[in-house]
Amino acid sequence: MSRIVGIDLGTTNSLVAYMDGNQPRVVLGQHEQAKVPSIVGMTDNGLIVGEAAKEHLLKDPSRTIYSVKRFMGKSLEDVTDEVKYFPYTLQEKNGVIRIVIGEKTYSPPQVSAMILKELKGRAEAQLKESITKAVITVPAYFNDSQRQATKDAGMIAGLEVLRIINEPTAAALAYGLQEKTRGCIAVYDLGGGTFDISILQLKDGIFEVLATNGNTHLGGDDIDRQVSDVFIKEIKEQFSIDPHNYSDLVQTIRLESERLKVKLSDDVKAKSEVELPDQKGTYQREWTRDELESLANNLIEQTLGPCQLALKDAGLQAAQIDEVVLVGGSTRMPLVRQRVEELFGKKPHCELNPDEVVALGAAVQADILSGNKKDMLLLDVTPLSLGIETMGGVMSALIRRNTTIPTSAKEMFTTYVDGQTSVDIHILQGERELVKDNRSLARFQLKMPPLPAAVPRVEVTFLIDANGMLNVTAKDIRTGEAQSVQVKPSHGLTDDEVEGMVRESFEFAAEDIKQRQVIEARTEADAILMATEKALLRGKSLIKENEVKGIYKILDELKAVKEVDDHRLIRSKISEVEKVTHHLAEVLMDATLKEALESKKLSEVT
Amino acid sequence: MARSMCWHCQSEVKGEYMCGQCVKVQPLSKDLDYFTCMRLPRLLDIDQEKLQETFYDLSRTFHPDFYSNKDDQEQIISLGNSALLNTAYRTLKDPIQRAEYLIRLEAGSVKEIRSNPPADLFDEILELQEDLEEYRSLSTDGDKARMEELRQKLNVNREALEQRQAQMESSLKKKFSEWDVLQRQSPQSTDAREEKDAVLKGMQEILSDKTYVRNIVNDLIETAS
Repeated sequence: MSRIVGIDLGTTNSLVAYMDGNQPRVVLGQHEQAKVPSIVGMTDNGLIVGEAAKEHLLKDPSRTIYSVKRFMGKSLEDVTDEVKYFPYTLQEKNGVIRIVIGEKTYSPPQVSAMILKELKGRAEAQLKESITKAVITVPAYFNDSQRQATKDAGMIAGLEVLRIINEPTAAALAYGLQEKTRGCIAVYDLGGGTFDISILQLKDGIFEVLATNGNTHLGGDDIDRQVSDVFIKEIKEQFSIDPHNYSDLVQTIRLESERLKVKLSDDVKAKSEVELPDQKGTYQREWTRDELESLANNLIEQTLGPCQLALKDAGLQAAQIDEVVLVGGSTRMPLVRQRVEELFGKKPHCELNPDEVVALGAAVQADILSGNKKDMLLLDVTPLSLGIETMGGVMSALIRRNTTIPTSAKEMFTTYVDGQTSVDIHILQGERELVKDNRSLARFQLKMPPLPAAVPRVEVTFLIDANGMLNVTAKDIRTGEAQSVQVKPSHGLTDDEVEGMVRESFEFAAEDIKQRQVIEARTEADAILMATEKALLRGKSLIKENEVKGIYKILDELKAVKEVDDHRLIRSKISEVEKVTHHLAEVLMDATLKEALESKKLSEVT
Repeated sequence: MARSMCWHCQSEVKGEYMCGQCVKVQPLSKDLDYFTCMRLPRLLDIDQEKLQETFYDLSRTFHPDFYSNKDDQEQIISLGNSALLNTAYRTLKDPIQRAEYLIRLEAGSVKEIRSNPPADLFDEILELQEDLEEYRSLSTDGDKARMEELRQKLNVNREALEQRQAQMESSLKKKFSEWDVLQRQSPQSTDAREEKDAVLKGMQEILSDKTYVRNIVNDLIETAS
């Protein structure tokens, strides 16, 4: 079986990891950096992803996409509060957000696919083999639509997603606690955009998740925002310019806020500086850790409620937790560590790099799936209750939250009117009583045989698989025949749309390859131009004047051709140059040889 | 658990979950009850540790993680088996769900467990509901003195009901052990049928009263405490 990699597709950073024997390792890119910023930039010369895109963000914010994970599986209405913080325009089509860049629009899975492709490429470069299979992590509290969007992203990137696994449970796997622990573990995972808490019971290599809770809209990004707001307010007051009128300045402030926050995890004081446009000067400010903490305090408090709920669902008291594991970059903040320690009454584990631990765990899960590791098994739960709409807009729950997956529930449906040929079914996820307060997942129409009312009996099976994703099947009990169910996602791409995007991504790839070939040919042309001009300086006097003229002419032609976006044209001109300069090269070679011989003679004399 | 034929190679399946010939996983029978699935006798006092052990053991046999290299049909079977296993474990782990399941299993004809007001508490509960209604309506336009009076009355009622809950809890436990005694004496379900049915019926009544009282107590806590 071909290799399966583990991917942490994060809000701010993404990583890919693999198994090296028995040891999970992250793939390192240039500068030994494992983290790839989850940023995608659209430039005139094609797509850029990661660190390069982060720089692009300051130059061309309206064509640079970051934090796309926040939009996965969401509608425009879900994100109205935060849209103002993003430099790009959002639209909605069929319940799915589209990001508008120039004349094109991109769905969040498409953008995530670009990041996945970058990771895939890095893994291929390091492992020197083609990578087509992956385990991808998601926040434990992701609903079905968000999971589906992640799976779609994998498909668009040309990856078969063998498993969607929850980030906190992945982290627990990475810690290898099974070797020394039998007991209860709490994993506290505060990332860039999401928060998860999972309570696990560990025994004989089985990781049984007892309960999970969280908030898919709470993370380090929100702390950055609070800091940015202070910057913006003070710049307005002190320099009387409104940063909101300069989208690149807003991004500079955002990145500076993030840098400041990170610095204040190590130091108790830090300086920040922002260069203002139009020669307005430089905004400077010294921050103390206390100041940052008073801003962040409220957000950190918001993570404690879900922790209590998860404990309650697991039927445990905080004191019964044996080990606490910290995951996610935001858990580097001393205040977060302090709060977690207070809650559970023990020092949390943070031996593994909190940025890498999720990807490492995904690689361990990949190892289990490839059949190499048989001593470990993860039994995860579904984070949210699943149900259907019943009379009066009330949700009737079929599968309760924190049920171990895979799990299924059966429900019998019949008709109310004679001859009725279909029944509409609306699937929901959430903990609230009323349909309108829960998440609409999908709808489908159940076909009914035309019979008197209440006679038909069609049994629908709602199955949540090991990915935490819903599968629906139906069977006519009277005939025993299975019925195919066409489920229409409320906030997801249809199969056709995903297929279209897979095709488009190939076109994109073709376009990318073409771009790269042009760039390579151009670079080669530049090198030839420089070398020939240098050779001419030395060799001009050694060849005929006509020949010199001929060489200058062909060089001018190459200079002209070089600007055209056609690598074949550039390459053919390069080989012409090589032909025309062949004689010059020989003459120079001879001269060099002669010089060498002469110097040798001299040396012999002395 | 005698299954006749392997779905794949049609040879006779002798092993418990795998075909001895082609080593393909076999689907768990739809008629398999949760107690049998978990290798437990049909008793209400169960060994939780053994239950968990069996659950982990069977998870290692059936979990889809161990089938991702296998063909589609085996993957589907592993998914179905795992889902059944998880439901069986969840049901048996919780004493109330375990008892409710046993009643359904043993007395197939008995209707779903409804939540009914206990017969002897009927009048009391009727009055209590009226008080609750009045209290709720007052909370918007508010005669404070009357509200306080009602609140105290409701709290007294609540305490009485909570006591009642404790009583029901202990009589339920008694019924559980009555069942276990009968079942140990004659594990074949046809024996001592009448006696067993009587115990099950008693259990069912307590369970339905219990659900009802719990809902009311929750209401009381939410509204007036």
